[in-house]
Amino acid sequence: MAKVFMIYPERCTGCQNCRMACSFSHENQFRPAAARVHVYTSEREGYSVPMMCQQCDAAPCMKVCPTGALYRAQGSTLVEYARDKCMGCRMCTMACPFGSAVYDSVTESILKCDTCGGEPACAQFCPTQAIEFIEEDIATRSRRRAFATKFKSAFEGTRP
Amino acid sequence: MNGWSGTILRVNLSTGVVSTQPTNLKDAVLFIGARGLGDKLYIDEVDARVDPLSPDNKIVFAPGPFSGTLAPSGGRYHVVTKGPLTEAIAGSNASGLFGPELRYAGYDALIVEGKAPEPVYLWIRDDVVEIRKAAHLWGKWVPETTEMVQDETDLDARVACIGPAGERRVLFASIMNDVHSAAGRSGVGAVMGSKNLKAIAVYGTKPIKVAHPKSFREAILAACETGSRNSAGGAGLKAYGVDLPLDTLNEIGSLAANNFQQSYIPAAGEDDRPSALPSSTARRPRGCYSCVMRCGRISKIKNPGYASQLAEQAQEEGLAVVFDRGIDNTAAMIQSNQICDEMGMDPISLGATVACAMEMFEAGILTVKDTDGLDLSFGNSAVMVELTRKIGLRDGFGNKLAVGSYRFANSYGHPEFSMTVKKQEIPPYDPRGIQSIGLEYATCNRGGCHTKGYTVAVEVLGFGESVDPHTTADKPFWVKLFQDLTAAIDASGGCIFGSSGRGGENYAALLSALTGVNYSTEEYVKAGERIWNLERLFNLQAGFTSKDDQLPERFTTSPIRSGPAKGQVSHVPEMLTEYYKLRGWDEDGVPTQERLRELQLA
Repeated sequence: MAKVFMIYPERCTGCQNCRMACSFSHENQFRPAAARVHVYTSEREGYSVPMMCQQCDAAPCMKVCPTGALYRAQGSTLVEYARDKCMGCRMCTMACPFGSAVYDSVTESILKCDTCGGEPACAQFCPTQAIEFIEEDIATRSRRRAFATKFKSAFEGTRP
Repeated sequence: MNGWSGTILRVNLSTGVVSTQPTNLKDAVLFIGARGLGDKLYIDEVDARVDPLSPDNKIVFAPGPFSGTLAPSGGRYHVVTKGPLTEAIAGSNASGLFGPELRYAGYDALIVEGKAPEPVYLWIRDDVVEIRKAAHLWGKWVPETTEMVQDETDLDARVACIGPAGERRVLFASIMNDVHSAAGRSGVGAVMGSKNLKAIAVYGTKPIKVAHPKSFREAILAACETGSRNSAGGAGLKAYGVDLPLDTLNEIGSLAANNFQQSYIPAAGEDDRPSALPSSTARRPRGCYSCVMRCGRISKIKNPGYASQLAEQAQEEGLAVVFDRGIDNTAAMIQSNQICDEMGMDPISLGATVACAMEMFEAGILTVKDTDGLDLSFGNSAVMVELTRKIGLRDGFGNKLAVGSYRFANSYGHPEFSMTVKKQEIPPYDPRGIQSIGLEYATCNRGGCHTKGYTVAVEVLGFGESVDPHTTADKPFWVKLFQDLTAAIDASGGCIFGSSGRGGENYAALLSALTGVNYSTEEYVKAGERIWNLERLFNLQAGFTSKDDQLPERFTTSPIRSGPAKGQVSHVPEMLTEYYKLRGWDEDGVPTQERLRELQLA
């Protein structure tokens, strides 16, 4: 079963551990400007959300890539990146609706989530499980279950 | 350079000249960073007798080696200057995103000197530093200032700024960063105000290099593990936030109320606990940079009489001293704390200054004629909220209180109502019922303060060790150990709230792996002792003597009136001799040449 990222903004405290862990696991240093995950916080509303590549099925980045540097391997659910095929045209950065493909002029490459080879550091270092990397049916079933609970409480007291 | 960024940024506001200098590696190894390296840079350059609000004073913003890395609870920075409230060394430590961002911009410290001819703010984007006009920001409160500066610079820029209190040089004005985080104590915000510096915005894209990535990763995981294994420190803070000690303090009869006239309030029920919240208050945890503790709380009050507000709970404990009990008071504390954050003021000094005025009102020294008609009776929560605003604006009676409780009470000839050490207000941990915190208050280099030697952790909360709060034996030992270790953690960019449950060995391992400089646990704590002594030397040169290492008379002469700690007084004078001896200081509290040589300070 394929794994997907599940994001829970209601659990996120804005600590940025995911962003630093991402940078550290890719570069052995802390350069979060070059992280593949970023956290946006509205300080006045007390709201934070991590953002990263959604590994779209019909990925716009893949579609616009003229060299096949962004591709999906046979049987994989991930959009992968081949540095040696990339010509640095940055078309993918314009195509991604989430802003999750970014050109990094330091390494002259596209920064995009590669799930750290299946064990994403962002999820590992998140102290509140606001980022989970789990099998896709578990992810959706658990979210459905959580919503069903809300549904129940919304209707409570309305019945005779 | 690994661990450190290697560059110090200097901005002279009088001349408009921006320059950089390399970080002195020898100093960096000895003083680590943040509080330590910041102290060293500041003290080397500034005459200890400087007027804190004159252009000759400087202000240093220094993140530590941990800031901007995954070192747990390690995202802090330190503001070093001479405090206008205390006229002693001021070190105000804050969390948030600002400190790490300074590291990403490539700096171990920012030194600001001189005075701008008109209001300005700084915009630092890596190597490009601009001094920009800020007349249009002058008068704005903290959230609005932050957002306006982000709009004008970069929406991802991290902003530290002052509010109206810092502009008006309220002597306990804070510097606020990322809206909610405060470099709160000793009036560092007034120093920024005196320099016409409204804000500093920073955005950085540079790396922090790690000497030994594999061992750093292991040290991070080990520190997370020991932190969460400790149930009182780790789990407690996570579950209750920084209100954690309030109920426990009350249970042992050492939670001050009514300006330390009362130290215990029998709780009638769950809703009567000091930390009880109005049922209409919603709270969610907030985490600081790189922190797994998330002890901050965003509160939303919906009580009648209080506007719906979002407040970051941080130092509500400081405001507790104004009240005796009650749900409505908690709502007022949250509201008052919120106004302090938005106007840029220290809620501990503010709360204690209002409490001092309330006791003087009770004693008949102040009347409604002095107070703009306000009824300053204890527990009058609406007045508390109103006064907070008036002080921040230096409006009417608020202007008289804006100098802190010592100067205020002294101006009426009654300094005995001021609960301060070195003119700085102490928080509501009663030093009569918790002996070592009294010694910490008396000896803390930045004046009355509980965080630079939080022995409450062992005396009250039982983190790791459990020590009887009423005895004096061994207390000088505990105070010195906590002060030294805290100085080292502050210098690393670590957070003392996040330190509960972790030991010196965790920090030494993290720092060694990060910098490549091998620190043993002993050397790490010794670096803290070095920093403590450096600050002490500054204070001695500024004119302080052992006479200033004392608590207000109330604590040594008037016993606690009721509750579990009834009859207790503080024994600071007896403990002080032993403390000096342990520190290697003479009977006047002056470090001996021998100890200074041992610490590589002479």
